[in-house]
Amino acid sequence: MPEPTKKRITDIGPPHYEQFLPPAVKANYGKWLYHEFVRPGVLMHASETGDKLYTVRAGGSRLMSIDKIRMICDLADKYCEGYLRFTSRHNIEFMLTDPSKIDALIADLAKLGHPVGGTGRSITSIVHTQGWIHCHSAATDASGIVKAVMDGVIEHFQNEDLPAKCRIALACCLNMCGAVHCSDIAILGVHRRPPMIDHASLKKTCEIPNVSASCPTAAIRPGVVNGFESVVVEEDRCMFCANCYTVCPSMKLNDPLNDGVSIWVGGKVSNARHEPMFSKLAIPYIPNNPPRWPEVVDAITNIIDVWKANARLNERLGEWIERVGWPRFFQLTGIQFEKLHIDDFKHAGLTFKRSAHLMY
Amino acid sequence: MADEFPKTPLLDELEKGAWPSFVSEIKMAAKRNAASRDLLGLLERSYREKIGHWKHGGIVGVLGYGGGVIGRYCDVPEEFPNVSHFHTIRVNQPSGWYYSTSALRKICDIWERHGSGLTNMHGSTGDIILLGTRTDELEPTFSELTEVGFDLGGSGSDVRTPSCCLGKSRCEWACYDTMALTYDLTKSFQDELHRPAFPYKFKFKMSGCPNDCVASVARADISIIGTWRDDIRIDHDAVMEYAEKGLDIQKHVVNFCPGKCMEWTGKKLTIDNSTCRHCMHCLNLMPKALRPGKDQGAVVLIGSKAPIIEGALLSSVLIPFWNPQPPYSDLKDLVGRIWDLWCEEGKNRERIGEFIQRVGMGNFLEMIGVEPIAEMVAHPRENPYVFYEEYLVEDDGEEEEGQN
Ligand code: HEM
Ligand code: HEM
Ligand code: SF4
Ligand code: SF4
Ligand code: SF4
Ligand code: SF4
Repeated sequence: MPEPTKKRITDIGPPHYEQFLPPAVKANYGKWLYHEFVRPGVLMHASETGDKLYTVRAGGSRLMSIDKIRMICDLADKYCEGYLRFTSRHNIEFMLTDPSKIDALIADLAKLGHPVGGTGRSITSIVHTQGWIHCHSAATDASGIVKAVMDGVIEHFQNEDLPAKCRIALACCLNMCGAVHCSDIAILGVHRRPPMIDHASLKKTCEIPNVSASCPTAAIRPGVVNGFESVVVEEDRCMFCANCYTVCPSMKLNDPLNDGVSIWVGGKVSNARHEPMFSKLAIPYIPNNPPRWPEVVDAITNIIDVWKANARLNERLGEWIERVGWPRFFQLTGIQFEKLHIDDFKHAGLTFKRSAHLMY
Repeated sequence: MADEFPKTPLLDELEKGAWPSFVSEIKMAAKRNAASRDLLGLLERSYREKIGHWKHGGIVGVLGYGGGVIGRYCDVPEEFPNVSHFHTIRVNQPSGWYYSTSALRKICDIWERHGSGLTNMHGSTGDIILLGTRTDELEPTFSELTEVGFDLGGSGSDVRTPSCCLGKSRCEWACYDTMALTYDLTKSFQDELHRPAFPYKFKFKMSGCPNDCVASVARADISIIGTWRDDIRIDHDAVMEYAEKGLDIQKHVVNFCPGKCMEWTGKKLTIDNSTCRHCMHCLNLMPKALRPGKDQGAVVLIGSKAPIIEGALLSSVLIPFWNPQPPYSDLKDLVGRIWDLWCEEGKNRERIGEFIQRVGMGNFLEMIGVEPIAEMVAHPRENPYVFYEEYLVEDDGEEEEGQN
């Protein structure tokens, strides 16, 4: 039984990070001089104090059980004085001061099924969202595709064998929880069928003016259907954004016959060389094919192989495409260019080729 | 049903291969947890039918908070009663995602008692995600979390949990203390974080240098990216060392410099810092030889977002160079003015970036009292439809307010 008199604690915010810093990190905070890539998955940071810190980066699945977290804690206790960290891309980082323990740690990680890599010119873990594990809006699963794709490209996680780094991300619908729209390769779940409206329930669960107002293309207007006060959708204007579904559960777009994924390429967020760029459409639609989505895996490994074979060192996918041009990207990858590749939303004109700068 | 392990022939396929398998993770938790067993069964069914089985979220939470919990109900509760409620709790991560194992174990123990035993380390905003529990477990989980020093993160139309790269703790390029700023902002905005009162979500992301490892330029309403103003520090001996070890400095460093501001004679590297764009390429290739200058600070940018509703945006420059000094009052004042305006004039579900597009960047700057400067644009307008604001009338030659 909880004590009834216990004071409720609120608004304390996160714990202060300092208590979680490994001693070597705390001692050298703000004093780091440079780093070296020791080998794929292992970094060495050198400090002006003379200290050296070795980081071992292990790939993780974003979805983790507490059992696994405890096993990882065991390793951190054994090798890292009881500290560890996670990266923004679901990797786990172990920091050691004694390089002679690195091999043993990597061997222990292998026993747990966690490969080491993701540094330098590599593919690192895929940032992704919830999918069928937890979300109502999903046009595809997230974890399953990610697992299948990572199995397919794991050599590029474990070896720094690419022209530059390659960031892959997945979002299971256009809400895009996670910054997939600026990734080297983005996998995006798409709906392709206009809302299947539950007219009987709509008036009860949603405010009709809100539903109409939610549509970016003004495709929704109030209407009476089968005697119910509801809305009607002008289907030609629907671009399947599911914004209406976000505000109203009676506007479901999820549909096994039509949902699937699209592939986008050439984005980046870092400022290195080229300014940040959005990803652009490479493949408009691939049907969902669980459990391993082989067509998606093939499409992605093909794009990576073509980039690797043709790009110059340092060129991220988008930088390479910018140099050789989109026609050559389509030609070399064998992806068919089609009507859907041409933008037709606001400011679409800015994406047309507006010069004679063409390559033959 | 949930007492036995469901048969999952499709999901079992995802236990094959070398990458860590989320299916194995769910199975590990399912040995002791009925909700995880039902999740397996439900997910197998989604894989068979190619559709998710979750209902549109409901409003659930802990007392006094409007955010931090994502309500979730399964649409086939008769068949999978243990995931009939499967709410997630967002727990505010410590800056830089560092943990002691004792803190992590405490979270695991709490989640063993009160939830599915499944987590996301971490969600894409940065929180620890405790994946799946029942409504009546929310309060007890929250109370035990706060007892060990953790609090909930944001969700809904509030300040979302700020996040940052590890900055000065382990990166030589960090031009300001990202972890300290993130901690300070999170503590200062507890009310805005827990009690949604905005038109929509508002995110802060802090990166220590222009490599932008937390993708702030693409997914934060306020993106704070470290940079420097003086000369890149060059260690000429270390440059030679890279050259001797086989780095083709001309081909791989100089030729890729977007500022075309580097020169390499084969013996000496020089940089015309007046046209350096602070892109990080040369530093990335020669970390031992090149370092950011000493006059360090950050660029503050505003307004990025994913496509919903009006299309994707990248953040754009608001302050070209800011010197972050605790308690960061100048930034907080500015953010306060932005929130006041946005709460007053913003439409429901309109992110700040969309708001700026709607009212115009020039007008927005005027409304928040910031001078327009050339650093804020890639180039001046090309479009001649200018909303001139004043015109002369014949009578007295004085300027009067026009219609616009
Ligand atoms: C070569 C030395 C580099 C080191 C040591 C380094 C370090 C890191 C670290 C520690 C992280 C994890 C961040 C965190 O979780 O706090 C990270 C992520 C990342 N880094 Fe770097 N970085 C380097 C270079 C770069 C470069 C050159 C780029 C871009 C061209 C880059 C772009 C990114 C991105 C995009 C992420 C992931 C952000 C996300 O989660 O989406 N980094 N890097
Ligand atoms: C209008 C746009 C958006 C809507 C309607 C939306 C809606 C949702 C919903 C319903 C969930 C719950 C998923 C679940 O059941 O666990 C969710 C989760 C989440 N969203 Fe969004 N989202 C939007 C955009 C974004 C963006 C742009 C980001 C980040 C940049 C983001 C970050 C997250 C994160 C971190 C989660 C937690 C689960 C995860 O890590 O994937 N969301 N969002
Ligand atoms: S991207 Fe869409 S489907 Fe995926 S978690 Fe976010 S809202 Fe849900
Ligand atoms: S899915 Fe988007 S475009 Fe289609 S009706 Fe709904 S809001 Fe409008
Ligand atoms: S953003 Fe810059 S300072 Fe921060 S971790 Fe990445 S490289 Fe280092
Ligand atoms: S930081 Fe970028 S722009 Fe500046 S000198 Fe280096 S490569 Fe050139």
